[in-house]
Amino acid sequence: MAVTNNAMLIRRELMTRLAKMLNEGTIENEIDRIPIEMRPRHSETSRCCIHKDRAVIKYKLMALLGFNVEDEEDELTPLSEYVRKAQERHRLTDTMLTVVDEACSSCVKANYVVTNMCRGCVARPCTMNCNKDAIVFVNGQAIIESQKCVNCGLCQKVCPFHAIIYQPVPCEESCPVGAITKDELGIERINKDKCINCGKCVVACPFGAVMEKTHFVEIYKGIKSNQKVIAMVAPAIAGQFKVPMEKIIGAFKELGFDDVIEVAVGADVTTQNESVEFLERMEEGAPFMTTSCCPSYVNLVEKHIPDLKPFVSHTKSPMYYTAEIARAKYPDGILVMVAPCTGKRHEAFYDPNVDLVLSFEEFGALLVAHGVEITSAEPEEISKDITNVARGFGYSGGVTNAVMAYAPTAKIEPVIVNGIDKTQIRAMKQYSKSCPGNFVEVMSCEGGCVGGCNVIANPKIALRQIDELMKRSKVKQ
Amino acid sequence: MGGSELWTLADELPESLKDQVTVKGATCLGCCNNEKPVKAPYAEVNGRIVREASVSKLIEVIKDEIGG
Repeated sequence: MAVTNNAMLIRRELMTRLAKMLNEGTIENEIDRIPIEMRPRHSETSRCCIHKDRAVIKYKLMALLGFNVEDEEDELTPLSEYVRKAQERHRLTDTMLTVVDEACSSCVKANYVVTNMCRGCVARPCTMNCNKDAIVFVNGQAIIESQKCVNCGLCQKVCPFHAIIYQPVPCEESCPVGAITKDELGIERINKDKCINCGKCVVACPFGAVMEKTHFVEIYKGIKSNQKVIAMVAPAIAGQFKVPMEKIIGAFKELGFDDVIEVAVGADVTTQNESVEFLERMEEGAPFMTTSCCPSYVNLVEKHIPDLKPFVSHTKSPMYYTAEIARAKYPDGILVMVAPCTGKRHEAFYDPNVDLVLSFEEFGALLVAHGVEITSAEPEEISKDITNVARGFGYSGGVTNAVMAYAPTAKIEPVIVNGIDKTQIRAMKQYSKSCPGNFVEVMSCEGGCVGGCNVIANPKIALRQIDELMKRSKVKQ
Repeated sequence: MGGSELWTLADELPESLKDQVTVKGATCLGCCNNEKPVKAPYAEVNGRIVREASVSKLIEVIKDEIGG
């Protein structure tokens, strides 16, 4: 979950403009004007000049059209050409994130910096405590020699004036697996072999340089075709708007989706299967089992903690089961997963039944672009068969809660990993030797899916909305 | 869309203001379509449009309106 900021607002404005043009069928003629419209001559700029701003906007649009910015062959290729290419595209790629090099500020990795608050005091505990002799005084002010500094942070701790600050490279700092680093030109690049698609770098970059590629073009192609387009909405969507779930579903219909299926349907299947699997594993003497519904966690185990692999549940995610149900109902339909994170987009790419993905943020952009006011949307009936616990999958602890409800006799000792970071990864690496419980639920985002990288609502508000829906859902006995 | 954070306003209001303020959701204020450059998210306090609204900014405007 990101704090509201300008980088986020620019991204959302671009999404909205794109959706509006795709909806009105004017995109090929008008897209090249967007950078100029957003940064007209003599307007306020976010960077050094409007030309730089316009270039950044262009490349962000290229990403939103579903292209890797790194793949650009000719700088003069207009956006309208990318639109044509996108409309002819038949295959998506498994690269979900792309770095807009024009936007990347190449943040300097000088983690500890002495600010001008340094008083050049007599005590000088910074120099006294630096084991590497990395601090010198010039003109009465401390300076850290970066080639000697090992970033231990001792100087910051001991400075009586708090004059030394820690300045991170936000994207690198946020990445729990060290997948984003600078190339030889100082531009951040994402290492696909390491990346777990958690999307934390997208949220962290203050320049909005990391972009998630969208499926906008494909979704609109579907909506304008004769094929049925079905939205499968993740449980966390119930918390995104201050309206009942019935109106959210109604809004999807107003946008042109033919049907909407709650992924909570699949969450009930996941819970059923996971409960049985847990009991079986315990009977067989397994020390513990972990959940498998968070795709970034599954990627984490696959790429960085292989020792945990035998303990990860073989049960598929709610999206998988929902897509199976949806595919049976709509064999020729276009199934669009509506998800709160990049991880789901990655998982969906490998799911045989899911065709496209729309993020919560993109859904919000579609509403604005189409002028759909969600509070006035015509409410649609929601399923009465979905249990309360399945609808609670979207918050941290929700899966455990559901499994406990489905297997009331199981002696579950839960361990909740609420957000993946470097510290949690270190702890999880020890689980195969000694796990503090027998049922480990891992959510990559703090708070669970309601805190995903593509959500719109504040997780605190989202929880209240989900709680309200759970209270009027079928109670799992 | 950037206004979702503003839903927390009711929770964040200082005790001294809570009984003097009514927080209501609003349908589109139309500002994004009528203003250039767009300074979303927008909010309205006693008819006064607040641009690039944040919870803390709104509290300041409310205090100003109330005269406290």
